[in-house]
Amino acid sequence: MGEAIPVSGRQRAVLIIGLAVLLAYPLVMPLLGKPFLVGLGTRMVIYALAAVSLDLLVGFGGLVSFGHAAFLGLGGYVVGVLAFQLGADAPLFGLIDGTNQAWIAWPAAVLVTALAALVIGALSLRTDGVHFIMITLAFAQMLYFLTVSLKVYGGDDGLSLRRRNLLPGLDPRDEATFYYVCLACLVVFVALARRILAARFGTVLRGIKENQRRVSALGIEPYGYKLAAFVLAGAGAGLAGALLANQTRFVSPELLHWTKSGELLVMVILGGIGTLYGPILGAVALILLETVLGAWTEHWMVILGPILVVVVLFTRRGLYGLLTEKRSGIAARGADDGGGHD
Amino acid sequence: MLLIVEQLLNGLQFGVMLFLLAAGLTLVFGIMGLINLAHGSLYMIGAFAAAAVGRLTGSFILALLGGVTAAALAGLAIEWLVLRRLYQRDHLDQVLATYGLILFFNEATTMLFGRQPLFADVPAALGGSIEFIPGIPYPVYRLAILLVGGLVAALLYGLIARTRIGMLVRAGTTDREMLRALGVDVRLLYTAVFTLGALLAGLAGAMAGPIFSVQVGMGEPVLIQTFVVIIIGGVGSIRGAMAGALLVGLVDTMTRAFLPGLLRSMMPLSEADALGGGVSSIAVYVLMAGILLWRPRGLLPAHG
Repeated sequence: MGEAIPVSGRQRAVLIIGLAVLLAYPLVMPLLGKPFLVGLGTRMVIYALAAVSLDLLVGFGGLVSFGHAAFLGLGGYVVGVLAFQLGADAPLFGLIDGTNQAWIAWPAAVLVTALAALVIGALSLRTDGVHFIMITLAFAQMLYFLTVSLKVYGGDDGLSLRRRNLLPGLDPRDEATFYYVCLACLVVFVALARRILAARFGTVLRGIKENQRRVSALGIEPYGYKLAAFVLAGAGAGLAGALLANQTRFVSPELLHWTKSGELLVMVILGGIGTLYGPILGAVALILLETVLGAWTEHWMVILGPILVVVVLFTRRGLYGLLTEKRSGIAARGADDGGGHD
Repeated sequence: MLLIVEQLLNGLQFGVMLFLLAAGLTLVFGIMGLINLAHGSLYMIGAFAAAAVGRLTGSFILALLGGVTAAALAGLAIEWLVLRRLYQRDHLDQVLATYGLILFFNEATTMLFGRQPLFADVPAALGGSIEFIPGIPYPVYRLAILLVGGLVAALLYGLIARTRIGMLVRAGTTDREMLRALGVDVRLLYTAVFTLGALLAGLAGAMAGPIFSVQVGMGEPVLIQTFVVIIIGGVGSIRGAMAGALLVGLVDTMTRAFLPGLLRSMMPLSEADALGGGVSSIAVYVLMAGILLWRPRGLLPAHG
C-alpha cells in the first residue's frame, strides 16, 4: 500500500508543527488573557473539516461541486430539528422523537447527509465539467429554498438550539472541551481520508481525475467511485454542519447559501487543492483574515476580494504549497504553466 | 383568464431581461471558456449607475446611457486586469477569482451608496398602462422592456448570424485554436465579446431599476438564474439562451403567481405562502436538473 500523497521531510515537519499548534491553541489562549478566542479556533477546526471533505471531491476526484454547503446546512438542520422535536407535541412523521444526545444526533446528521449526497450525486454525476458545477449548485439551491420555506423550523430566521448536544462524560458547554471534540472529529476524518486515498479507491479516483477514459479502458467503471467520493465528502460536511450547529446553537438557511459553498471552495484553493492538509490551512487563514479585516474595517470584503483574485492568479497549491515547496509560489506557477488547461 | 394573460406577459418580460444577461454570459463561456460569476455585478453596476444618473439629471435616456456605459467600462476593466489571465485556467480558478470580484464589487458599491436600496422612478413618458389587448391593462414600462429586449435579441441574432464579427464569434465557439491559427486577433475578439456582454448586462440592470429595488447583492440571485438559463439552453448558443430565458422566465413567474393560491386551498394561509414561495423558487432548478438529465448538453447546444 503506497502513500496517498508523498510526504517529504519538510511536509512532515509542517504537519507536526500544525498539529501541535492545533492541540495547544485552547491551552495557550487563556494564558494570553484571550479565552474568548477559543471559540474562534473551534470555528476554524469545524470549517477545516468541511473544507477537507470538499478537497476529497475537488482535489482528488476533479469534481468541482458548487453546492457543498448544502450538506453542511443539512447536517446542521438534522441536529437542529432533532433538538426542536424534543419540545414538540408529536414525533416527526409520527416516528422520530427528538433528542439532544450527541451520540444519536451526530451519527444521524452524518447518515442523513450521506443519503442526500447519494441521491444528489447519483443524478449530478451523469453530467460533467461546467454542467456538474451548475447542477450541484442547483440542488443546493433547492435545499436552500426548502429550508427557507419550512416555517415550522423558523424559515428565513433559522432555528435556535436551547443548548448543545450532551456528550457522555464531557461538558460540551466548556469551550476548550468542545474544541477538542471538534479537533478529534477533524483528525479522525483526515486519517480516514488518508487511508482511503492510499488504498485502491484513491488510486482509481486520481486516475479518473487525470484521464477518465483511460480508467474506463482499464475495465474500471468510474461512476461508482465518483459516487462513493461524493457520498464520503457529503458525510464529512454533514458532520461539520452538526458540529457548527452545536457551536453556535443556531442553524439558518444562511448555512446552505451558495456563497457558503463559494467560501468552502475558497478555503480549499487558498490552502492548496488536492493536498488534503492544505484546506485546513485554508480554513484557518480565511477565517483569520475575515476576523482581522473585520475588526479593522466594516468593509473588509473590499480587501478580501482582491486578495482572492491575487491568490488565484499567482499561486499554485496555495498556502500549503508555499510552506512545503522550496520554490516560491510564483516561480512554481510559471514552471507549471506549460500544461495549461483548455 | 385575465390574470393568466397578464402573468404570461410578466413571464415573457422577465425572460427577456434574463436573455440580456444570458447572451453575454453564454458567449463568454462558449468562446473563452470562462465562467464569470461577476456577470451579476455588471448588472448591479448598470442598475446603480442608472439610478444615480437618473437622480442627478432627471432624464431617463441619460440614466440608461449612464448605466450601460458604466457596466461596459467595468467589464472592460475586469477583462483587461483579471479575466484575460484566466481564459486558459481551469474552471475552479475562474469560479474563485470571479467570486473574489463579486465580494469587491458588492462591498465597493456599499461604500459608495450605502446599504439602503435606491428607488428609480418609472419615466413619465412610459408611466401608466395601456390596453393593447382589449380588457387587459398592462404597464407601458414593462411593455417597453419587452420591446427593447426583443429588439436587442433580434439585433444580436443579426450580428451573430449575418456579419463578419458574428462569423468570428461562431468560429470561436466551435474551435478557438483554429481561429487563432488562421491569424485572427483573438485577444481583441475576446475583449470585444466580453465588453458587449457587459454592456447588455448593464442594459438589463438599468431597465430593471424601476421594477425591482436597486440594492447591493441584487446581482447574485439573477446571476444564478442566468446560469440556469444558459445551462438549459445549451452553453455558447444564442438561440439556446433565448429559449432558456423565456422558459425560465415563464416557469418562474407562473409558479410564483399561482402556486401559493393552489396551496392555500390545501393548508393554512401563512404556511401555504411560505411553502409556495419556497417551492416556486425551487421550480426553475427542478426544471434545469430535469433537462440536464434528459439532455446533458442543453436544449439547443452550440456545437451540432
